Amino acid sequence: MLTIQDLHARVAGTEGREILKGIDLTVNAGEVHAVMGPNGSGKSTLAQVLAGNPAYEVTGGSAVLDGQDLLEMDPEVRAQAGVFMAFQYPVEIPGVSNAYFLRTAYNEIRKSKGLPEADPLEFLDIMEEQLALVDMDPGMLNRSVNAGFSGGEKKRNEILQMAVLRPRLAILDETDSGLDIDALRIVAEGVNKLKRPDSATIVVTHYQRLLNYIVPDFVHVLSAGRIVKSGGKELALELEAKGYEWVDQKEEALA
Amino acid sequence: MTQTYVNDFATFAANGGSAGPGWLPPLRHSAIERFSALGFPTTKNEDWHFTSVAPIAEREFQIAPPAARRVVASDLAPFTFGRSEWPTLVFVDGRFNAELSSAESLPRGLVVMDLKRAWREASVLLEQHLTKIAAFDNDAFTALNTAFMSDGAVVHLAADAVVDTPIHLIFVSTGITDSLVTYPRNLVVAERNSKATVIESYVPLGDAAYFTNAVSELVLRTGATLNHIKLQRESEKAFHVGNVQVTQERDSHMLSFSFATGAALSRTNVHTSLAGEGCGATLDGLYMVDGEQHVDHQTLVEHIEPNTFSRELYKGVLDGASHGVFNGRVYVHSKAQKTDGKQQNNNLLLSDRAQIDAKPQLEIFADDVRCTHGATVGRLDEVALFYMKSRGIASDRARELLTYAFAADVIENIEIPAIRDELEEQTLRRFTK
Repeated sequence: MLTIQDLHARVAGTEGREILKGIDLTVNAGEVHAVMGPNGSGKSTLAQVLAGNPAYEVTGGSAVLDGQDLLEMDPEVRAQAGVFMAFQYPVEIPGVSNAYFLRTAYNEIRKSKGLPEADPLEFLDIMEEQLALVDMDPGMLNRSVNAGFSGGEKKRNEILQMAVLRPRLAILDETDSGLDIDALRIVAEGVNKLKRPDSATIVVTHYQRLLNYIVPDFVHVLSAGRIVKSGGKELALELEAKGYEWVDQKEEALA
Repeated sequence: MTQTYVNDFATFAANGGSAGPGWLPPLRHSAIERFSALGFPTTKNEDWHFTSVAPIAEREFQIAPPAARRVVASDLAPFTFGRSEWPTLVFVDGRFNAELSSAESLPRGLVVMDLKRAWREASVLLEQHLTKIAAFDNDAFTALNTAFMSDGAVVHLAADAVVDTPIHLIFVSTGITDSLVTYPRNLVVAERNSKATVIESYVPLGDAAYFTNAVSELVLRTGATLNHIKLQRESEKAFHVGNVQVTQERDSHMLSFSFATGAALSRTNVHTSLAGEGCGATLDGLYMVDGEQHVDHQTLVEHIEPNTFSRELYKGVLDGASHGVFNGRVYVHSKAQKTDGKQQNNNLLLSDRAQIDAKPQLEIFADDVRCTHGATVGRLDEVALFYMKSRGIASDRARELLTYAFAADVIENIEIPAIRDELEEQTLRRFTK
């Protein structure tokens, strides 16, 4: 479904050093991949680059989703093609209600597929179905997008958006950061329930904690912009026990 | 061109233009003398530092003759909120038009009439308040208006009268000829514990370069609440100077909203004196301009007595090569302890050529007050744009939505749903293609 080959990227508009230095990753439908790594390893950059954040510039390599060149697409086209990134820091948009925002997004995606748009009442039904999934109060729908939400509310709102937009490729960018265990559980359960045989999930995280709830099929460890180790879910536990120094040392030993 | 106005005044006075009670002609004379002495303000005048009125001063404006074009009710349809049941006074090129107005069956305690009729039927009220609130000593435009005023609206709310239906004053310019000037003069007196909403709309039928020089005087007696909504939607070639002067007694509440999207050059002053304990003012505004438009707002809140409050939020959206000015002064007199003042001015620049001068000023002479102010100038938030796009929303749509949201935020403060909805609709239309 997603094939990433030798992907290089840096912060846009700088001649600075690359943050991603050749990522290779293949994700098939139905799989959950965890991307782990210490701060500065490039794991969040990978998520941002896949979503099309203009703050980053791709300097080499490719990313192909369902046969289409992902890197050529504008962020909104990627979303319409089924990419969804849950933000580490969801953005506040004062003055735009959550319901209106989400309905606009939903309808833009429908439109791109040549499907009829949902009117406000139809859409309310669609949303209400999903609210329970993330244990969210319907009152939140009338509030401005993320404005004044707590950290946990923001992350749950991301998962609500994901539930409504039903992406083919969901990327969770450190969704666990800043969450207490209860919020973490709600978010993880939401993600698990949204798993479909034809969709895939990339979980970007610093800690193994989230992976107790979202069990990955594959774990990749990023260090200094490269995947230095890949394995099954047990790799996450090994990392947790030995720390990131363990892979860094191995890196050095190899070099 | 000061002399042109002085000459025109001589003609105006000789032709009986000074109709009204006996105290009025001497006042008109001193007003034109004062104007002659002051002249039009220049940018050396601190109050006009960012706004040059040269385009007005250099042009010879004539007092508008009776409209050459017959205006019918359907012409006004775009401006009436679809609310024909609201008491409405219509002025065409500065002259009261009884046929288009409807202020006959009014709720108890409410009087709405044109100024000419008020000279006869409400002379005591006029003598008591008119020209007493808007001083012309230091204001050339108010001096001109005072010399030439001949029509406008008088609204009187009796004590305890609570009127739910807004009163709409529509000043329409037919815009067939360039260089016509009108001098609307309005007086609203809200007696003890009364409440009402007054809308002033300044609208065009054509696109001429006319000049509106309006003055509104508002009096809020003890416990009165007045919503005052000013909609400046003049032609994009027009000039508009509107002066809203307010005086407030104890426990009164003034809610002012200034909406400005029209005119080549406009200036709106909203000045209120919080002259009674416990009274307060909420001054909000939204200006949205494009092209070469220049829009200037100057607010002044004078906290005179203790325990008064003011809340102020002005927002601006500037596109093209437009120029916005916001000058907000909060003046706290030494006696005005426990003043609670908040002022905020936020501007969104949609183009590299658009410009804003924001000048919030706090002058505090009391020692136990809580006052804050702030001004921001920014562009659309790139991170928010990416966030919206990442959810599938196309770039143009995301920009429209963010721009609308920025502006709509202040419209939400308007109490009357019909007005709020109409302004939201207009704003939405403006930013969605």
